[in-house]
Amino acid sequence: MKRQILCIAFFTAAATMAASAETINAAGATFPAPIYQKWFQDFNKMHPDIQINYQSIGSGGGIRQLTEGTVDFGASDMPMTDEQLSKVTKYKVLHFPTVLGGVVPTYNVQGVAMGMNFSGPTLAGIFLGTIKKWSDPALKKDNPGVNLPNEDITVVHRSDGSGTSFVWTDYLSKVSPEWKSKVGANTSVNWPVGLGGKGNEGVAGLVKQTPNSIGYVELIYAAQNKMDYGSVKNAAGNFIRADVASVTDAAAGEAKEIPADFRVSITNAPGKNSYPISTFTWLLIPDKIDNPTKKKSVTEFLKWMMTAGQGDAAGMFYAPLPKPVIAKEQKQIALIK
Amino acid sequence: MDRLKRRNILNNIMLTLTGICTVLTSSVLFLVLGFLAFNGWRSLNWDFFTKLPLSAGETGGGMANAIVGSGVLILIAAAIGIPMGFLGGIYLAEFGGKTFSMMVRYTADLLNGVPSIVIGIFAWTVIVVPMHHFSAWAGGFALSLMMIPIGLRATEQFLRAVPNSLREGSLALGASKTRTILSVIVPAAKQGILTGMILGVARIAGETAPLLFTSFNNQFWAAKLGEPSASLPVMIYTHAISPYDDWHRQAWAAGLVLLTLVLIANIASRWVLSRGASAQRG
Amino acid sequence: MASAVVTAPPQSRPRKLTNFWRDGDQISHLVTLLFAASVLLVTVFLVYELWIHSGPSRAKFGFSFLTGKTWDPVAEQFGALPFIYGTVLTSFIALAISVPLGVGAAIFLAELAPPKLSNACTFFVELLAAVPSVILGLLAIFTLVPIMRQYVEPFLKDTLGYLPWFQGPAYGVGYLTAGIALAIMTFPFVISISREALLAVPPEQREAALALGATKWESTWQVVVPFARLGIIGSIFLALARALGETMAVTMVIGNDTSIHTSLLAPGYTIAAIIANEFTEATGDVYLSALVELGLVLFALTMVLNAAAQLLIIATTRKGSRQD
Repeated sequence: MKRQILCIAFFTAAATMAASAETINAAGATFPAPIYQKWFQDFNKMHPDIQINYQSIGSGGGIRQLTEGTVDFGASDMPMTDEQLSKVTKYKVLHFPTVLGGVVPTYNVQGVAMGMNFSGPTLAGIFLGTIKKWSDPALKKDNPGVNLPNEDITVVHRSDGSGTSFVWTDYLSKVSPEWKSKVGANTSVNWPVGLGGKGNEGVAGLVKQTPNSIGYVELIYAAQNKMDYGSVKNAAGNFIRADVASVTDAAAGEAKEIPADFRVSITNAPGKNSYPISTFTWLLIPDKIDNPTKKKSVTEFLKWMMTAGQGDAAGMFYAPLPKPVIAKEQKQIALIK
Repeated sequence: MDRLKRRNILNNIMLTLTGICTVLTSSVLFLVLGFLAFNGWRSLNWDFFTKLPLSAGETGGGMANAIVGSGVLILIAAAIGIPMGFLGGIYLAEFGGKTFSMMVRYTADLLNGVPSIVIGIFAWTVIVVPMHHFSAWAGGFALSLMMIPIGLRATEQFLRAVPNSLREGSLALGASKTRTILSVIVPAAKQGILTGMILGVARIAGETAPLLFTSFNNQFWAAKLGEPSASLPVMIYTHAISPYDDWHRQAWAAGLVLLTLVLIANIASRWVLSRGASAQRG
Repeated sequence: MASAVVTAPPQSRPRKLTNFWRDGDQISHLVTLLFAASVLLVTVFLVYELWIHSGPSRAKFGFSFLTGKTWDPVAEQFGALPFIYGTVLTSFIALAISVPLGVGAAIFLAELAPPKLSNACTFFVELLAAVPSVILGLLAIFTLVPIMRQYVEPFLKDTLGYLPWFQGPAYGVGYLTAGIALAIMTFPFVISISREALLAVPPEQREAALALGATKWESTWQVVVPFARLGIIGSIFLALARALGETMAVTMVIGNDTSIHTSLLAPGYTIAAIIANEFTEATGDVYLSALVELGLVLFALTMVLNAAAQLLIIATTRKGSRQD
């Protein structure tokens, strides 16, 4: 008897829930997750019948789930390779850049304040395990006058397939031949040392809780959690801290000549004030969406994202897209059938 | 004399050690409850139970969709798992052939021992892949697989415990086997069977691993059962490994809610069982 | 009125067609048979699916999968050894803690404690077994890991640091912490079942030992415990089977490192943990099938252990077939 009542209640609830919004499922990068979640939440407030459920499971996860077809679109900080694109057979994948961001070396060392200086080869050495202590001469050289403790460095990297990892390792490969030959650049590499955290969130969590640790996260994760992060030496030889201006500078060179499919890497960019570990991040949208309601929702969102949405970027420590890039992107929306 | 003294000292030391072991192990439960209550109770407000989660870094919001999501998943699991366990248990207790019953019992034990992550893989291959969608169905199915062995064992055990005299009496009055089972034996065993089902539900309420790639997760309400669904255990997991203090606070609160429900179910079922046992003796 | 009493034993196999067709009994027999058979079918189907979906990985690596040390998704080289190592090591640590603790507590509860205290403590311990893994993981992250990092691991390094098992930085997460979390999840089984096994020992055994002048401890340790050893060993197997398959609490505190490390203080990985972390993002068929194959390996391990445990427990406890 009780079970019958429960069944009726359950089906009524299910029916009322079914009567409401259409859900669009998306998954992917943790790098832009904070702004994406804010965007989807704000967009839902403006259009209550459009719910975009975004799960931040890492760029690798986004690419995988898009390929499997279990999500309607994906998100990644590493542009899909030709091989990955060839595996998606039902449609072509369009890359839509959303914002620019920077990957920062965040650390938790007592007595050392914000803005420690790191040069590229030093970072490579730390993550290779050849530089083991905070008091190493290489670190001392870049940070004269800073009291570095004689403690072991605890390295934290990503345990999942990550676009942020790709940007980080891409940069390290450009500045350290040893890194390039031993480890290479990809979303998931054979890390020589360190603990693995799941998502940008997991890495930030581990660094926050582990003394004398260093990890790499998107700028907003360090900033929102009031964690220390360092400045990195760019190709011009200056130690630059990541912020909206320095990240925008890094994209300046590519902005006008960005390729038609928007797949490009801007790490170690030239420019006096460029932040060397910057990147675009992309939404991976199919060029054919069968469900007309979903198609309308997605295109509406993209249009909004390229105009009003860009205004949210700076407040969340991301850099808005350069105008030439937006102009080209708006033309790409028309390709979605 | 000396040897005896040594033996006595050893005796006292060892027995004290066992007492210490007992104190340590018995107190862990209270430590668990204590930490959860201390860290979580302040976050248990009306918002927690009624609002949706906010995006990362913002304070506030709640876990309403996770609570309802867990409820829905458990209902699906129970709708599949309870009948299967119940009817299968009836077969084993009342009808079964010897070798076949042994095989069924063995596979039920096997299923019970399968690690929950492997059950998740199975549910993924069977439901998520063909559907091309993460869904509450897949999550509920995975959980039902974990309920079946518990329900099966409980049903069989308590049906067998019903004295034969009841069966014989009913059959002697001309009732068919089916009617005997339905009207006489099952009601006599109902407390034990109910207990088993409650324990099964309590067990799956806290399972996380099988949900990670079946029901996945959802920031909003799941509009349909074919959509991904939030659930309390998965929310606790994602929030616990994040760096946001506000999310940590909510994870503690969710943990407190979940553990309280699980413990209430366990304690209630034991109480039901002990009452039933004394009633049967009378 | 000499009417023969109809004795229908609970397990009546239908012998004649006339009995078979009585009053819908055939239907209920068939229905319940189908449901019972479906339990069988589902389990077989599970093994089948695991086998099929691990195909590409099995074809590519064969048995060398079990001995391979590299886990490189980029080069598509997958080996299970770091995870088998991590799983076995953490379970071993868990048992090393929970068995002495558990058997000790079981001895106290079965031999020394008055029945009310014994039942109460067993009740609390058995409730602990019902605590979900993710909640213990939550606790472990915020309470156990800081304690390990600030007090326990430095202490171990200072005292035992010359041994290779206690070297390396004190991360707080790692094999040892995961082992301790697992110990908390396994000792309820050890205590509950060992206590039952000890209570099943006939009182004559104890009395005989005491009559011969043994102390209480000697009587317990040298007579009662050996008598109950099969049940106790069975409980250990069951605890081990549980430890092998535990996912969430371990994932949250093991450090997620895909290499083999000697030191207990180092981060590592278990089979369950890597499946949980990487399943949703395994790009490529070989990658995904390697994860499914890991699941198959885990399944096989737990299957063997559970079978051994059941046999041992059936052999001793007084109820005959133990319901856990």
